[in-house]
Amino acid sequence: MIKSLQTEDRFTAPRNLGAVFGRLDKSGPLPWILPAAMCILLIFGYSIIDLVQQSFKYRGEWVGFENFSLVVTDPLFRTAISHNFLLLFAVPVLAVLSFMCAVLLFETRKGMKFYRSAVFLPYILPIPVIGVVFGQLLQLNGALNSALRAMGIENLALDWLGEPGQALWTMSGIIIWKEVGFGTILILARLISLPLETLEAARIDGAGFFRLHSKVTLPQLKPVILFYIINEAIVMVSWVFNYVYVMTNGQGGPGNATVVSELYIYRSAFQNKSPELAATAALLLLLATLIFIIGFFKIQKNANRGLFDE
Amino acid sequence: MSKRYTSIEKTGITSRQLILILITAMAAVPGYLMVTGSLKTQEEFLNSPWSLPMNPNFNGYTAAWNDQFPTWFRNSLFVTLTAVLITIVMAASAAWGFAHWKWKGRDTVLGVLISLMVVPPVVLLIPLFTLGAKLGWISTFRMLILVYIGLMLPFSIYLLTNFFRAIPASLTEAAEIDGASDFRTFRSIVLPLSGPPLITLTIVNLLWAWNELLLALVFLQSDEQKTLMVGITGFQSRYSLSIPTIMAGMTIATLPLFIAYIFGQRYFITGLTAGSVKGE
Repeated sequence: MIKSLQTEDRFTAPRNLGAVFGRLDKSGPLPWILPAAMCILLIFGYSIIDLVQQSFKYRGEWVGFENFSLVVTDPLFRTAISHNFLLLFAVPVLAVLSFMCAVLLFETRKGMKFYRSAVFLPYILPIPVIGVVFGQLLQLNGALNSALRAMGIENLALDWLGEPGQALWTMSGIIIWKEVGFGTILILARLISLPLETLEAARIDGAGFFRLHSKVTLPQLKPVILFYIINEAIVMVSWVFNYVYVMTNGQGGPGNATVVSELYIYRSAFQNKSPELAATAALLLLLATLIFIIGFFKIQKNANRGLFDE
Repeated sequence: MSKRYTSIEKTGITSRQLILILITAMAAVPGYLMVTGSLKTQEEFLNSPWSLPMNPNFNGYTAAWNDQFPTWFRNSLFVTLTAVLITIVMAASAAWGFAHWKWKGRDTVLGVLISLMVVPPVVLLIPLFTLGAKLGWISTFRMLILVYIGLMLPFSIYLLTNFFRAIPASLTEAAEIDGASDFRTFRSIVLPLSGPPLITLTIVNLLWAWNELLLALVFLQSDEQKTLMVGITGFQSRYSLSIPTIMAGMTIATLPLFIAYIFGQRYFITGLTAGSVKGE
């Protein structure tokens, strides 16, 4: 063994040997990985298999695609999906706002760290807290409207959460408020790591603030912005339960104005006692996220780097 | 420095500062209303929600704390700490298995792990609930902790594997040539070098588990077992006539995070952005 170590490439030899001659005082990777693997297989593997089974059954009986046709024709499910779809409109807004915030922070010398902490702060706050506080803030006679009235723009003092046509957009505004900090930090980190020479060269050539950042910075930030867009799309499709649950007392109200797919699943399973429908809707949701995951991998490939090429 | 800027550039800088101040204010508004509101009386809050509390009083805090806050707080602390601790140990071990040995299918498994990071918890909810019911584990902390561990593992393994792989092979090989076992190499070479990623990971996981609502809501159904996030969700409707109490409760729930953020900001930022495409 020692002989082969000396003759072979030292960077790969020990690892290969460790795997091949696992018995030689070396245990190999298996015992190291096993506990985590078992846990992941139980939580994800078992669950996903069970989910598929449940969505083809009704009270233990195989019913083929009946659950699927029930779910996709359920008006509430369609409403829920359409709300998730509408929330996707927040994604481009988030991308633009994050990019602008990041550029602003990048160009700021004085107090950059302070502003950065402030912008990022909403992202770490618990959604239940955000939901409760915004719920108070946006009451018909709440703090926001009293400020708007004091400023004389009475017309803007809407019933933010109580008006069915309004509630979902208010919700997406709150999600934007929270998520924009994440994008800003992500893009800013990439911006700082860009080579300074190109920026300086463009500046010397007389490129102004807007030209500089739209023509020189933006193209270089494309991978990270794309990553952020996909990440936020996943959030809008499948991670907004907390906002809706907290701000509407678990009802998705007013009426069904803020029911989203996650709430549909939760309510089908635990309030309407029809777990098969919930399982079927969950499976459809999983398939929807899968599409985004594929996009996710595509980006990683296009980033011209492997996962671990440090 | 400032002398070198032209006047046009100066206006640019000032306006950018103004925009940043505006953004900061927008980020801070809910926090401001929450903290000032918690120190007012109901009447003061309704009359002038934006003013500073002129005669700060702590009745809201007393009321919130005398409710079940201490219990919820303890529950959250117990669930979060246990789950995160076990996750870190399992993830570090598994990541070493991924980083130290090259085995067939490793990259595929890592790819699957990455895609598991985006599986929404609500998808797993029903099968896990059925499983928990079969085991008689509904309304037990161990069920929730187990689920949390499973959900935190993919990201944790991914992050640590990335880090372990960046450790120069010469270091671990030197130890092996000296006859150190895999365990010894891991414990005395790899772990001492891994302080920052382990802290980052701990903070990110603590943040996630502390803030988690959906699973805690479903798996812990009795009132004494509620976690803080579930507790404050119901708290809102219970105290709908006393906004200062609600705000005080929210402040208490946010405080641990806020303090951690002030001191460990660097770790929050690296951790929460670490899942992104390589090259940050």
